[in-house]
Amino acid sequence: MQDSTDSVVTTTQASEVWERTQQSTEFKTLKSRFRRFSFPMTIAFLVWYFVFVLLMTFARDWVSTPVFGNINIAMILALLQFVSTLIVVVTYDMYSHRKLDGIREDLRVKVEKELHG
Amino acid sequence: MTIDSTNLAFILFAVFIATTLVLVTYAGRQSRKASDFYNAGGSLNGFQNGLAISADYMSAASFLGIAGLISLYGFDGFFYSVGFLVAWLLALLLIAEPLRNTGRYTMGDAVAFRMRQRPVRTAAAGSTLVVSIFYLLAQMVGAGALVALLLNLTDPAAKNWIIAAVGAIMVVYVVVGGMRGTTYVQITQAFLLITGAAILTFLVLLNFDFNLNSLLGKASEMSGLGQAFLEPGGRFAVEVVGDSWASFIGKLDLISLSIALVLGTAGLPHILIRFYTVPTAQVARKSVNWAIGNIGLFYLMTIALGFGAAALVTRETLGRGVNDDGSLVDSSGNVAVPQLSVVLGGGEGSFGGAIMLAFIGAVAFAVILATVAGLTLATSSSFAHDLYGSVIRKGKASSKEEVHVARIATVVIGAVAVILAIFSQGLNVAFLVGLAFAIAASANLPAVVLTMFWKSFNTRGAVWAIWGGLGSALVLLFLSPNFTGAANSLIPLSTGIDINFFPLRNPGLFSIPFGFFMGWLGTVTSKERDKELWAELEVRSLTGADVGERPSH
Repeated sequence: MQDSTDSVVTTTQASEVWERTQQSTEFKTLKSRFRRFSFPMTIAFLVWYFVFVLLMTFARDWVSTPVFGNINIAMILALLQFVSTLIVVVTYDMYSHRKLDGIREDLRVKVEKELHG
Repeated sequence: MTIDSTNLAFILFAVFIATTLVLVTYAGRQSRKASDFYNAGGSLNGFQNGLAISADYMSAASFLGIAGLISLYGFDGFFYSVGFLVAWLLALLLIAEPLRNTGRYTMGDAVAFRMRQRPVRTAAAGSTLVVSIFYLLAQMVGAGALVALLLNLTDPAAKNWIIAAVGAIMVVYVVVGGMRGTTYVQITQAFLLITGAAILTFLVLLNFDFNLNSLLGKASEMSGLGQAFLEPGGRFAVEVVGDSWASFIGKLDLISLSIALVLGTAGLPHILIRFYTVPTAQVARKSVNWAIGNIGLFYLMTIALGFGAAALVTRETLGRGVNDDGSLVDSSGNVAVPQLSVVLGGGEGSFGGAIMLAFIGAVAFAVILATVAGLTLATSSSFAHDLYGSVIRKGKASSKEEVHVARIATVVIGAVAVILAIFSQGLNVAFLVGLAFAIAASANLPAVVLTMFWKSFNTRGAVWAIWGGLGSALVLLFLSPNFTGAANSLIPLSTGIDINFFPLRNPGLFSIPFGFFMGWLGTVTSKERDKELWAELEVRSLTGADVGERPSH
């Protein structure tokens, strides 16, 4: 890998830029907004998936109950996993647009200006 | 199968190979810089990359394997579809965007960002090699069996030639076209796969007046299992009457497999490097959105393909005949989709049936080629960029030299994979894929997640996480009934060798937590804390500032 040639700052100055940005209010807001969504959502979908797995494993009689003709609870729960996946995708995209992308772009421009002038 | 479909299949294979070779040559002409080889210059858009991701991800195990399992075992086959899809949320929420912002070409780039380069890159390259080779073997073994079946080749040597041909074609794709060429092949495959599956799905549903209920009813009736066909427990964690311990172990094994499926995706090196092919994190997110849409749509169609095959094809045909004891000759169901296409086209011996079979065969062939090309690229990139560039040449190799090494590595990896695949034809394809997921989740996921989100994580933590996860997964595998001590072990019972001390077939339940534990233990026992590089990584990962530029060390 080559050093970037357009750099106008030294390595020490660059690390100061990174550390200063990390401590900035704007960055802390971005970080907490990102984590406030992604972390609980990750835990939620994993819990929901493992509830599904555990029901398929240990509650077979219950999930075998037919609901509409040949469609039983197991099939409905499996299809709900598809639905919930879609919901997470759409929600995260909307959240990113509203709460993350703007502030992220501001910070990117600012940091690159400080690094490269 | 008639001569017609065999000839037609040959022609369609040839058309696909010729088309993709033109695309790959075109891509090769466009490629000038090292980044063209590694990440297509980071120039793809979200739709292109999304299609390529889904093609990378949906291998023959998805196209033929899942529908096949559903056709023979009912609901449990669909269980795979759910796990393979849900797994993408982890990649979306925690991995894709930070990875795009902190690495350039390989998984090792991101993991070694704030660490001492050599030990971490050695470990990253080691686990990339192991995971990808397992996955590659699965695909190539599957390719040999599948193409031989579709072309009606009975000579055992024919399978070896097909494996060698698949190896040769994938090497040409990667050497000539690099990431750009591989991407073009994958986009072509994604279109073919979705079109093929959609046609079959439409025809199946047409047979049942678009009524899922009557499709499931007919499938359970034809299976001879009744309602049990639509309930869990047909394939996984089958209840062992009178042996509650064995039943319990079966259930644990199913949970272990589920953990590996849901956590493995975000640790597969050939998937991770696809996030580098786009310019920004926002586009990386969009490509995952497209990929999830495409993958979700396909896995939804496995319901129609699998239950449709069960309803419209006899169990005897699906199992390629019945043994004297009533068991099926082939219990994998891998031929269910091809057989279903014959029936939907008008039946055995009909012109429509021959056309459908040839078309579906060509799709399956495309599916295999696109996946093996992605795997080969990930492996050779990691070898050239992590091992050669950073470890052997200590970062002094020019990028031109690195790409040259990557091309040589591609040829060597292709040759090794062909030889290994020829000798592992007895192995079960689904088993190899499940294993690759378990190893990826144990060795790669902890290191990637911890480096992005844990401030204290350091060199020793990363190295221990990767080698610990990889080692524990492999050791548990050797001590499991996969290897010795059971009727279907790799080493037959008759040899008398029995080191079967670990009852689970999938090691994920223990090896994944162990990978995370070793990452923690290595970190807290080492004093190394690089605050400056943590600041740089964290700011880069969330903002995308200076993306693709060299970290400041």
